[in-house]
Amino acid sequence: MSLAEEEASGHHATAATPVVDLSNVVFGYTATPVVEDISLRIDPGEYVAIVGPNGSGKSTLMKLMLGLLTPDEGTARLFGEPSHRFDDGARLGYVAQHASASKEMPITVREVVKMGRFPHVGFGRLTAEDREIVDRALDTVGMAGFADRRVTQLSGGQRQRAFIARALAGEADLLVLDEPTVGVDAESVEAFYDLLDTLNEGGITILLIEHDLSAVTEQAERVVCLNREIYFDGPTAEFVESDALARAFGTAATFVGDRQ
Amino acid sequence: MTQTFAVALQSSPLDPVFAPLYWLLGLWSEVMFWLAGATGLELLQYQFMHRAILVGLCIGVMAPLIGTFLVHRQLALIGDALAHTAFAGVAVGLFVNAVFELSVSPYLTAVVVAMIAALLIEVISEATDAYNDVSMAIVLSTGFALGSTLISINAGGLAVGINQFLFGNLSTVSAENAAILLVLFGVIVGTVALTRNQLLYVTFDETAAAVSGLSVSWYNRVMVMLTALVVVGAMQIMGVILVAAMLVVPVAGATQVSRSFSESLLVSVVLAELAVLLGIGVAYYGEATAGGVIVLVAVAIYVVTVVAGKTVRAVGDDTPTDVGSISTNDVETHSD
Repeated sequence: MSLAEEEASGHHATAATPVVDLSNVVFGYTATPVVEDISLRIDPGEYVAIVGPNGSGKSTLMKLMLGLLTPDEGTARLFGEPSHRFDDGARLGYVAQHASASKEMPITVREVVKMGRFPHVGFGRLTAEDREIVDRALDTVGMAGFADRRVTQLSGGQRQRAFIARALAGEADLLVLDEPTVGVDAESVEAFYDLLDTLNEGGITILLIEHDLSAVTEQAERVVCLNREIYFDGPTAEFVESDALARAFGTAATFVGDRQ
Repeated sequence: MTQTFAVALQSSPLDPVFAPLYWLLGLWSEVMFWLAGATGLELLQYQFMHRAILVGLCIGVMAPLIGTFLVHRQLALIGDALAHTAFAGVAVGLFVNAVFELSVSPYLTAVVVAMIAALLIEVISEATDAYNDVSMAIVLSTGFALGSTLISINAGGLAVGINQFLFGNLSTVSAENAAILLVLFGVIVGTVALTRNQLLYVTFDETAAAVSGLSVSWYNRVMVMLTALVVVGAMQIMGVILVAAMLVVPVAGATQVSRSFSESLLVSVVLAELAVLLGIGVAYYGEATAGGVIVLVAVAIYVVTVVAGKTVRAVGDDTPTDVGSISTNDVETHSD
C-alpha cells in the first residue's frame, strides 16, 4: 500500500528503505488539524530542511516522524516501521531547540554526552569503547575542556554543544535537529553547519528544522516549506526562486488546496 | 545469649518466606551486641534498637536514591501524597485484621494500597498530560480521610494507637516489619541498579529519552511505584507525616554541593545516613520521636550544605576555559 503512495509522492523510488515516510498524514491536538495532508519521503543520506512560520506545525511534524505522536489519519513510517512502534533508538539522534532538560539538576557535560550511548547498552554498562566514543564527540564539538563542568553553569551556546555531542555519541543514522543553533554564537553556528555537512557526507541523514532561512538555503540540499500543509518540497535552488516562501509565510488561508 | 527465639513467638503466614531474613536479622543483632560491648553505647543493648537502626540505614539509602529522581522532575510532593494513601492502607490492614481476626502486617496492606494509588496518580497525569498538584492534593486528602474514617469506625476494636503510624516509632519495629523492609529495600535498590541509565535519561530529558526508544510513561510508572515502596518502608520510623522529607531534604542538600549526577546520588545517601544515625541517637537519649528529630537533623545538614555550596562557588575553582572550535575533520562516522 505504501509503495503505491511513494510513487505518487513523486520522488525517486530507490531500493533502500526510506528513512522517513509519511503518507497523507493529518494530525491535530484538538479537532482542528495542526498538519494536514502531509506526504513526505526522506531517503537515506539526504539533507533536508523543514521551514515554516511560527506555529506552522514544524515541531509537530517532527514528532509525528519520530513517533512521539501518532497521526489521526494516514501513516507515518520510520526506517520502514510504523513510527510510533519504532524502538531502535540507537538509529536516532535528536537535538532540541531549547533543551527540555532539568534546569537545576547536578550533572556534568560528560554525563549528558554518555546518554547518547544508553540506547546502545540497554541495561548494561558503558564499555571502554563507549567512553572513547563519548570523548571523541566531546572533542568534535570543542567541549573536551568542559567535560567535568556542571551543565547548569554553562552558557546557552555551550549547553547546546553538549546536546549536539550527545547526538553525535549516539552514532545515529538519522539526526533530527529542531532549531539547534538558537543561542549559539555566530562564529560557532558556521562551524556547526560545516560539521553537519561533514556528517551528511559520511552518510548520515540530516533533518533540520529551522527558522533561520539563510542557514537553510546555504546548507540543505532539499527544502520542505510547511504551513499546516506542504507548500514546497524540492531542491533548495528551486525553493529560493519560487514564491512558496511568500505564500507559506504570507496569506496562507487563501491558498488552501492550491498545491503544486 | 541470642534472642532469636523471640522471632518464633511471631506467627504469621509469611514466616516461612521470611525465615532467611529473620536469620539475617539475628546476625545483625549479634553484630550490634558486639558493637555495644565494644563501645559501651546503651542504645545498642536492645534488640528493638538493632532493628530500628537497620531500618534507618536502609531508609538512608533508598529514600534519597528514589528522591533524587523525583526532586529533579519537580515531583517532590508525590512522596507526601503516597504517604497519606499508605496511611489508608495501614487502616485497611487494621480493619481487615479486626474484622476477620487475621494478623496481617498493616505495612503489607499499605504497600498494596500505596502502589495502587501511585499507579492511579500516574495514569491520571498521563491522561491529563501533566502532573497536576490539584489531583495530587485530592489523592492525598482522600487517602488520609479514608484512613482516619476506617480507624474511627473500628475504634472499639482498635485500641492500637495510630500515633505509631502517623509519627513513626523506633520501638515498634517488629522482626516481621523489619523483614518486610528488607524485601522492599532489595526490590528498590535492585530495580534502580538495573534501570539507572533509563531513569536518568527520562529524568533529565524526557523528549530525548522518548526519541531514543524509551517508554517514558512506563519508566514513570516504575518510578512512582518505587516511591510507594520507599514511603511504606520508611513510614515505620519516620511516620506518615514526615516520610516525604527523607525523599527530598538530603537530595536538596546534595544538589548544593555536587557537580555530577553520580556524585549527587552518593552525597545524598551519605547525608541521609548521617541524619538517620544522628537523629536516632538524639531521639533515644532525648526521649523524643525519632521521625521528627531525623528530619530536623536533615534540615540542619541541608542548611550547612547551602552555606558550603555558596562558599565553594564564591571562592570559585572554575578557571576560565576556552571553548574549543567545532572540528569537522576528525568526525568519524559510524560506517567505520
